[in-house]
Amino acid sequence: MSRGVARILAVWAALMMLLALTLAAAFLPLGAAKPWVAYAIATAKAALVLWFFMELRREDGIMRLAAVAGFVWLAILFVLTAADYVTRVWM
Amino acid sequence: MPERALHEPFHDLPRQREADRLGMIVFLASEIMLFGGIFAAALALRLEHPTDYVHAAHHLKLSLGTANTAALLTSSMFAALAVAAARAEAPNWAGRALWAAAGLGLIFLAVKGVEYAGEYREGLMPGTPEADFSSRVEQLFMNLYFVATGIHALHVTGGIVLMASAALNRRARYDAHAVLIGNVALYWHLVDIIWLFLYPTLYLAGVA
Repeated sequence: MSRGVARILAVWAALMMLLALTLAAAFLPLGAAKPWVAYAIATAKAALVLWFFMELRREDGIMRLAAVAGFVWLAILFVLTAADYVTRVWM
Repeated sequence: MPERALHEPFHDLPRQREADRLGMIVFLASEIMLFGGIFAAALALRLEHPTDYVHAAHHLKLSLGTANTAALLTSSMFAALAVAAARAEAPNWAGRALWAAAGLGLIFLAVKGVEYAGEYREGLMPGTPEADFSSRVEQLFMNLYFVATGIHALHVTGGIVLMASAALNRRARYDAHAVLIGNVALYWHLVDIIWLFLYPTLYLAGVA
């Protein structure tokens, strides 16, 4: 088995462990932190897929920049949306 | 048989391959924005009605959602293996891995179909005569669920077609730079990533 194949299998095992972890965490009494934990684990899984499966580890700066561009704009969308809804109770 | 020959406007093959890949990455960024609107709507709904959102999400089958997450993650692994096989000049293995990835995609769609049928029977499918929602938030949540998973399922279907055509394409399997297989795999991985975020937004949110 080549090193590349072994790496892909190891990343898959890590992804499945994170899936088990996020499922278990959903049943823990974490209170308000629960969605944060779920999305943190989802982000970790997405990062593994982007870095290893989508091979951003092999790419140069311009390719990585293009890959994260969508996520950056999305973050702006979420922050501004939340800024509205979260602060409505202050009015 | 090698990869597609050098064509205008490129002067060398490495540059042409890089452009092929960059084009796909930019397209995928636009896909992220498409689904981003749906996630923003879910965020707004959850911030406005935190308790009702959790109650509504509780109707979804967590076991089926979890099984589908595992199916897509494993399918992504096979897509990555197909790229590795094409690069290692093992065209037969590249084909087999692509078929495995496409097969798991079909299993994903079958599970989704079982879920939709169950939701139809339980009166959770908006627009059907059986639809019966206990609250406005529940209806909004189910609208969002069907729009999000429906558009995602269309992407899964597209990905399966792309992987099957790549598996049947001799030139693609024998291309040691895996230009076509690599781009098809990139698309498939993004479909996987979108599901990775739909899973906590729709399914895990329902665990009280």
